[in-house]
Amino acid sequence: MAEQTSTANAWPANPADLIPAGRKRLGWGLLAAATLGLLAIIVVQILYKTEMSTVGFDTWRPMVYAYILWGAALGAWQVLTRGEDGQRALFLLPALLFTIAMVIFPTLFGFYIALTDWNLSSFTGRRFNGLDNFWQMLADPYYRNALLNMVLYVLAVLVEYVVAFGLALLLNAQIRARKFFRVVFLLPLMLSPVAVSWMVGKSLMEYRFGPAATLARHLGWDNPAFFSDPITARISIMMLDAWTFIPFMMIMLLAGLQAMSREVLEAARVDGATAWQTFWQVTFPLMLPVSVTAVILRIIFKLKLADIIITLTSGGPGGATDSVSSFIYREYRDRSNVGYGTMLAMAYLIIIVVFVTWLLKVASRFVRNVN
Amino acid sequence: MSVQTTDYTVSEIRSPAAFIANRVLIYGALVFWAFVCLFPIYWTITTSFKSAVDVTQGHLIPFVDFTPDWKGWRSLGLSPDSIFQTSTVRDEFLKRFMNSVITSVGASALAIVIGSLAAYGLVRYRYKFAWFRNEDISFFFLSQLILPPVVLALPFLVLYREVALLDTRIGLVLLYTLMVLPIVIWIMRDQFNSIPVELEEAALVDGLSIWGAFFRIVMPIALPGMVAAFILAMVLCWNEYFFAALLTSTDAKTIPVMVASQTGSQGINWWSMAALATAAIAPLAIIGIALERYLIMGMTAGSVK
Repeated sequence: MAEQTSTANAWPANPADLIPAGRKRLGWGLLAAATLGLLAIIVVQILYKTEMSTVGFDTWRPMVYAYILWGAALGAWQVLTRGEDGQRALFLLPALLFTIAMVIFPTLFGFYIALTDWNLSSFTGRRFNGLDNFWQMLADPYYRNALLNMVLYVLAVLVEYVVAFGLALLLNAQIRARKFFRVVFLLPLMLSPVAVSWMVGKSLMEYRFGPAATLARHLGWDNPAFFSDPITARISIMMLDAWTFIPFMMIMLLAGLQAMSREVLEAARVDGATAWQTFWQVTFPLMLPVSVTAVILRIIFKLKLADIIITLTSGGPGGATDSVSSFIYREYRDRSNVGYGTMLAMAYLIIIVVFVTWLLKVASRFVRNVN
Repeated sequence: MSVQTTDYTVSEIRSPAAFIANRVLIYGALVFWAFVCLFPIYWTITTSFKSAVDVTQGHLIPFVDFTPDWKGWRSLGLSPDSIFQTSTVRDEFLKRFMNSVITSVGASALAIVIGSLAAYGLVRYRYKFAWFRNEDISFFFLSQLILPPVVLALPFLVLYREVALLDTRIGLVLLYTLMVLPIVIWIMRDQFNSIPVELEEAALVDGLSIWGAFFRIVMPIALPGMVAAFILAMVLCWNEYFFAALLTSTDAKTIPVMVASQTGSQGINWWSMAALATAAIAPLAIIGIALERYLIMGMTAGSVK
């Protein structure tokens, strides 16, 4: 997803010899002091926590402060020793330090937890058990089932795409009250999925009194239970999720439609193409890049699907609607199984990274071939 | 994003009958989907004014087949007759509401600050940290988008316990910042790219430092983009449930967690549930309607070139 940044370095760097030696020394001194301080706190804490010394803090909180101070010292060091180049680096440093601290460290730690047998509700505590979790995962039918469900949920994106494209075309047609319809169509995206799954999933679609169930009875479905058999339950979840996220794709596609040049459409019309032909041979191919972006972003969001399932079905009936996230959530919430849950999550991460990389590659080749 | 009319659908149609049929079809579809979008919201709001009988009999229209009543809002302590009395439920609700406000505003603001700075740097300057160049750094930030919350959740649970950030608002703010940072950087990069570099060059010639130029020249121009990114980040943080459910218990619980835990021993009190859900969705619905332009700007950033 990274694109080329277009603007080259606009200004030549200041000559480094303009910076006085004293200032450089100050910078290096500051960085050295901060690094030593950070390391000292780590050592003191490790000694304290392993009960080899009595001096230390109860929690690792001081580490957080030390890291922030160290980051500040790193920034000061950049400015003091490198002048304007350092000031430029300062733009990037906060986000970089933040992301590294919040992602790299927890992920590495996660890989370690994944290799342990750790149940928060048992007294034995953490115990390294190698690949046991991994073998258990391979034999776990519920996890496999959750992965299979994710495939189905991701495939549902194609249907969402068709609906979203239709809505974008509608909004792009010559209509009155366009702004009103656009706001209304956008609203579902703003609503909390948890509140929606309660009010829609548990009340509107309630078997006995829900208006949706009543409507379904009128339409000839005798037994409108939306969440009791596996296939209907899956479809209901997909529909609820689609309801919240269709506006997202719709807005992107609408922007694409509005950016399209009118000359091409005019030309098609002059050549006598019907609306149907114009759509398939002009509009759709021109919209392909935007469509691919929208679908990929939507798939990425879909892979995180959890809250609707957690609140609505808790994965039921019998794990039929489980997404990977909701399954791992329950693995932790109900069974406190941190080690095994983390192993599942890490495996999922690897699958996702491989899948999304493949998807991006295929998508870019696809767009290039068609155009 | 400008609103243009593309009238090719109409100009296709030749005969008047076909024209009318076409109009009917278009407006029919529009009204149908508007109904699909609005009915659940209507149902939520009206249910908060229903009593138990009205809910279980599926009554729909106020004043016609049921008499509205402040029941749901009274149970939250927010109806006209109970608003001046003390109410523990209301205190609880307000606490959760404030938690939601603080975490979502705090996280969005933090993400905007560090995200804008990083996006600006990546657009304007060439970096080289070890063997990482601009493209690699951009990719590093944007790739965080695919990281599912579930991967970070359990390690964070353990780490937060160690650093005493479990069940605190700051802990949630940090995680939410991480969650929306890629989106903010994506939007802001697009914004800064559209600002001509000559403006800053002129400012530098006039004697401003590069940070001075950023704050006094670039930021005012990029403000609409920042608002767009802020609102999109707000929406995501306000509605976030997964982390909040795992990492908070008593102090830092947010509104979605409170909504999800509303099952009583005698089943669900639909009227109070509906009132709570209404209160949970109202702030964003209002923001969405008022600032729709910015939301759309945020969502379409970088997708159309």
